[in-house]
Amino acid sequence: MSTSSQNSIPKIRVRGLRKSFADKMVLDGVDLDIAAGTSLVVIGGSGSGKSVLLKCILGLVHPDEGVIEIDGEDLLSQPRKQQEVIRGRIGMLFQNGALFDSLPVWENVAFGLLAENKLGRSAAHKFAREVLAHVGLAASVGDLFPAMLSGGMQKRVALARAVAANPEMLFFDEPTTGLDPIMGAVIDGLIVDCVQRLGSTAIAITHDMASAARIGTCAAMLHKGKIVWSGPADKLLSSGNPLVDQFTHGRREGPIQMELRR
Amino acid sequence: MIDVLLTPVALLGRAVISATRSTGRLVLFLFDGLSHILRPPFYWRMFAISFAEFAFFSLPMVALIGLFTGMVLALQSSTGLSRFNAEAEIANLVVISMTRELGPVLTAVMVAGRVGAATAAQIGTMRVTDQIDALSTLSTNPMKYLVAPRLLAGTIALPILVLVADILGVAGGYLVAVLKLGFTSEVYLKNTLDFMTTLDVVSGLVKGAVFGLLIALLGCYNGYRSRGGAEGVGAATTSAVVVASILIFFFDYIITELFFSR
Repeated sequence: MSTSSQNSIPKIRVRGLRKSFADKMVLDGVDLDIAAGTSLVVIGGSGSGKSVLLKCILGLVHPDEGVIEIDGEDLLSQPRKQQEVIRGRIGMLFQNGALFDSLPVWENVAFGLLAENKLGRSAAHKFAREVLAHVGLAASVGDLFPAMLSGGMQKRVALARAVAANPEMLFFDEPTTGLDPIMGAVIDGLIVDCVQRLGSTAIAITHDMASAARIGTCAAMLHKGKIVWSGPADKLLSSGNPLVDQFTHGRREGPIQMELRR
Repeated sequence: MIDVLLTPVALLGRAVISATRSTGRLVLFLFDGLSHILRPPFYWRMFAISFAEFAFFSLPMVALIGLFTGMVLALQSSTGLSRFNAEAEIANLVVISMTRELGPVLTAVMVAGRVGAATAAQIGTMRVTDQIDALSTLSTNPMKYLVAPRLLAGTIALPILVLVADILGVAGGYLVAVLKLGFTSEVYLKNTLDFMTTLDVVSGLVKGAVFGLLIALLGCYNGYRSRGGAEGVGAATTSAVVVASILIFFFDYIITELFFSR
């Protein structure tokens, strides 16, 4: 399964990644290559291991086995400090935003820069307003708290936070979940803008086929802990793979059997 | 037959293993948190917020409890001591009870209910809404940002609150003794100062520091490990208060033994 060109070192390379929780195998030997500057969309049913895959690369979950390389460097064999430096080059948009509800919006957006002492508080405040403008939010939103915002605005703030430090890699965990179709399209548009503006390599996981088509340049499907198909994102709806076809067309009948209790 | 006999032994064994494992995890968590106090960067802003939560906002509650406890002590002891014509000992009893025992223990139990519960709920909510994972992706160690400042704040704030409870407890005893029991102001104060020793006060302050560390530790630990949404956060909050309260009384005995055992 390769989504990179043959001769170049992929930006992100995953080999034989395995992770289980108790006796449940969630990732069962995932192999992925993601070339620099591409946007990979990972699709798959609930519980197929998409979020765990992202969390393994982010270091939030420790894999049982496997190799994760960033720019050819084996991440898991690096000292912890070095791993943190490499992972500092990744921005993450969490499924529910994961905004810090005790902090105003501007402090959420500039949090990473404040934490690393790259900016003072007044400079960070000004900077956050500029980043908010990139995601279509008024400067005045910066002084509100996350609980005062709608779901769509929270997603935009979370996107602003993810891109604030100009990361080389951007991860999106179900960016349009819980949003109406129009707001979903707006968020997808902003994601594409941000990825193109920063020249980042992106991984997005989603159930939303319209979103996958808008965000992705390439796509992969994760099923039962394995990558079962990968290819260009525009082939998702005509992949010829029965698993992908059933999933993308939302058919009840097919090789994917939902575990339903009767 | 052997199975029936072994079942209680097996249950006991499992309980011991589980308790040992939990204690080990808690101690490792404590050392990890404490080590981040010593290793820069230290988040002074978070420390200030936590300190205000522990000390400033608990002050009215602790002051009132200290005052009423001192008043009740004077009143109760007068009825008991009058049987032995030993009313002069009221000042002695009030000051020793307050400084050695009631000041630290009552303050700690009240703060465990107020701040320990709030800490567990806050960190637990951050855990189940991915805010702690978000911290990690923003180059911020959650132990350093959330735990270390709270451990230090609890350890410093509780002795201050204990001192307030001590002073107001003695003042409560003084009010009842002078206004109700017919003591003169000079005699009561002289008795109080004559009987009180530095060790009484210091032992109470040491207890306060240990209890403060315990309250912060249990709040952070239970919140940090909470899982499973609202129910998990509720369980973490309950556990933080219950375990902290039990450990407060356990360490109260240990410290008393260390200071006053002959």
